[in-house]
Amino acid sequence: MRPCTRWMAVASGWGVLLCATGATAARAQESHIGAVTGHAAAGKPLYTRYCAGCHGDDGDARGENAQWIDPKPRDFTLAVFKCRSTPTGSLPTDQDLFDAMTRGFVTTNMPPWLPLTDQTRADLVAYIKTFSPKWKTAKAGTPISIPAEPAPTIQSILHGRELFQKMECWKCHGPTGHGDGPSAATLTDNKDLPIHPYDFSSGSRFMCGVTNRDLYKIFMTGLDGTPMPSFADDIKPADGWDLVHFLRTLQPLSTPEAAIWRAWLASHANELKPIGPPGSGQ
Amino acid sequence: MRVRITRRGGATQVSWLLSAVVTMGCLAAAMALSGGRSKAYTAYSLAVHKTASIPAFARKYGLRCSACHTVWPELNAFGQKFKDNGYQLGNDRDSPIWQNNAYWPIAMRTTPQVHLESTTNQVTDSSPGGKTLIQAGFDLSGIDFLLLGTLYKNITFGLVPTLDPDGTAGVEAAFVRFDNLGNSPWANLKVGKFELDNLLSEKRITWLSANGGFLYAYHYLPVGSTNNFGFGDNQIGAEFSGHSSNSYTRYTASLLSTDDGEPGLPGGKSVDAMFTLSQAWALGGGLGPQRVGVFGYLGHRPTTMETVGGGNPIPGTGSANKSFLRLGATAQLWLGNLELLPLFAHASDDAALGPGTDKPTWNSGLLEAHYVATPQLLFQARYELLRMSKQGDPAIPKTQGNADAFALGFRAYPFMFSRDGMAIHGEFAMTKTIGTVPLSGDGSGVDPVTPGTSVWSRSVMLGFDFAF
Repeated sequence: MRPCTRWMAVASGWGVLLCATGATAARAQESHIGAVTGHAAAGKPLYTRYCAGCHGDDGDARGENAQWIDPKPRDFTLAVFKCRSTPTGSLPTDQDLFDAMTRGFVTTNMPPWLPLTDQTRADLVAYIKTFSPKWKTAKAGTPISIPAEPAPTIQSILHGRELFQKMECWKCHGPTGHGDGPSAATLTDNKDLPIHPYDFSSGSRFMCGVTNRDLYKIFMTGLDGTPMPSFADDIKPADGWDLVHFLRTLQPLSTPEAAIWRAWLASHANELKPIGPPGSGQ
Repeated sequence: MRVRITRRGGATQVSWLLSAVVTMGCLAAAMALSGGRSKAYTAYSLAVHKTASIPAFARKYGLRCSACHTVWPELNAFGQKFKDNGYQLGNDRDSPIWQNNAYWPIAMRTTPQVHLESTTNQVTDSSPGGKTLIQAGFDLSGIDFLLLGTLYKNITFGLVPTLDPDGTAGVEAAFVRFDNLGNSPWANLKVGKFELDNLLSEKRITWLSANGGFLYAYHYLPVGSTNNFGFGDNQIGAEFSGHSSNSYTRYTASLLSTDDGEPGLPGGKSVDAMFTLSQAWALGGGLGPQRVGVFGYLGHRPTTMETVGGGNPIPGTGSANKSFLRLGATAQLWLGNLELLPLFAHASDDAALGPGTDKPTWNSGLLEAHYVATPQLLFQARYELLRMSKQGDPAIPKTQGNADAFALGFRAYPFMFSRDGMAIHGEFAMTKTIGTVPLSGDGSGVDPVTPGTSVWSRSVMLGFDFAF
């Protein structure tokens, strides 16, 4: 190969590499929420205004408020997110981050940022994605498919209760969903910080939404960075809905599931076996 | 540079902008030279008790001031929603039972400052024909004790005791609010003494000087009026309000006592009524949504009272109520980091509330602009005008009471976090009133010699506004 040809080849290789890197970086600098495109450059001052106090200027969860907050704020440099529509271990979609920001996280210091305009939230999502190199090297996961929800019945609720026992949900969430299972006190998150399982009896919302669909998604995607695993490989979609219907009965809310459950309990309470360690229950 | 000077009625008028620049320079020099030789004892009378920038909330929720304020004390869209929700984030941790026992929902705010007030055509004993009075020196604003928070989930309270600079105590606000009635944000009930739901809030105003710290649109009353109403004054009564989930749509309907917020039922047995309605849209890429709103106030004031002891009125026995009306529209518009706040208002009083046989009417309009360079730096300007369209007494010159007000300023926040806040506040404000004393209270407090005389009142202020 002649010297000039070799130089051209080397230059072309670098060019392709730089273009590819640039294109990926550009993707990471933007977010796409429906018809709204967010830009990281615009998101930076907004992040300083709204987010940095807890999440830190560098997105490392070391803002001045972080030391006083429990649970601790998300560390964006790790790119590990609880609330996703994507399979466990994958990056969330822009829409997932946008929804989480809009919804906030119940029982934490993360408020619902719904009053901010869509553009503002989209810009913030774009900027949050600049904190971790993962966004430059990997794409967001593909959202899981969620089958249509069957109507709640006492059979689905009872089956969900069996799954709650069988899948050992009670070990963390407690036999009655109070978040006081035998393992609850030992749980830690991905930064080895203590973490509390969700208490169904006090929360009006779930960590990642309010609907049955949101709860189903939590089972099937898991809450990455927490001990809550994905059950996508362990239970069938129909089982997931049964579990949803049962968990709804643990909440202090007037849900259709709770009404069905109360009506059934009125005449069948003595038929129930207690939930708990093997040998003590069903 | 050409200076345009015109003669009108014997008074020299310089264009507003040039006057502003020259006056600010001269007064700043005068302030430096005067060494605080006299004190503007009446200045700041309307500007005290800007009540709402509340670090207690920042401490409770661990959020920076900038989360709720464009720059404090002005609310942004998130702060408005937080306020509308009864000072609750809605994270199931709003009830005080979730707070550390050491947490106490209190914050305080005051503003040490140096300021200079200059007012023309002031009648004094030595100059009965009028002279320019200059009052300057170091000074204090009042002190606000801001106790606001939740008594329980969806039960909110507010208590704002105040101290005037001379030590006089007062109660600026005291209310309880029941939030989200029926689990709906559209139904909230507040009872007590509170700020009216003014979209352009005078309690969260970013102006502090004697001539800049209030709006003529909210406080002006015609010459000879016996009315005492001020939109900017906190009122006593009940407010029913509601808002959409993001507070882009908001309304209030209030019934208020007829005593301009003075406790003790000094007024009549009637009630005033007020409504506000506003709608915001997420348009453009500005710091907040674009909002427009309207407001209306129908009030009454008694014209006769039961008396005792030779004519002393008995509080609460007023009758023969006569009405007054305030209507207006306002907006909050964002162009990037530039915020525009226009307001237009029309006002009228019953003839029986004034000196003559006619019903006085007047209009006011203003445009305020904020450039929020960063959450820690604000530049601002405001121009307001008020024009009488009809006097209550035909003998009163039509222009008497007209006012023009201009203000220019900045606020710089050296730091911003979730424990407290401080702003270095610089401001120049001036007003021109015709035939009346300025509402700032500057000067001798006596009307000029003739009803056609213009009174220029100027304030230069440098203060350290802090809340913790």
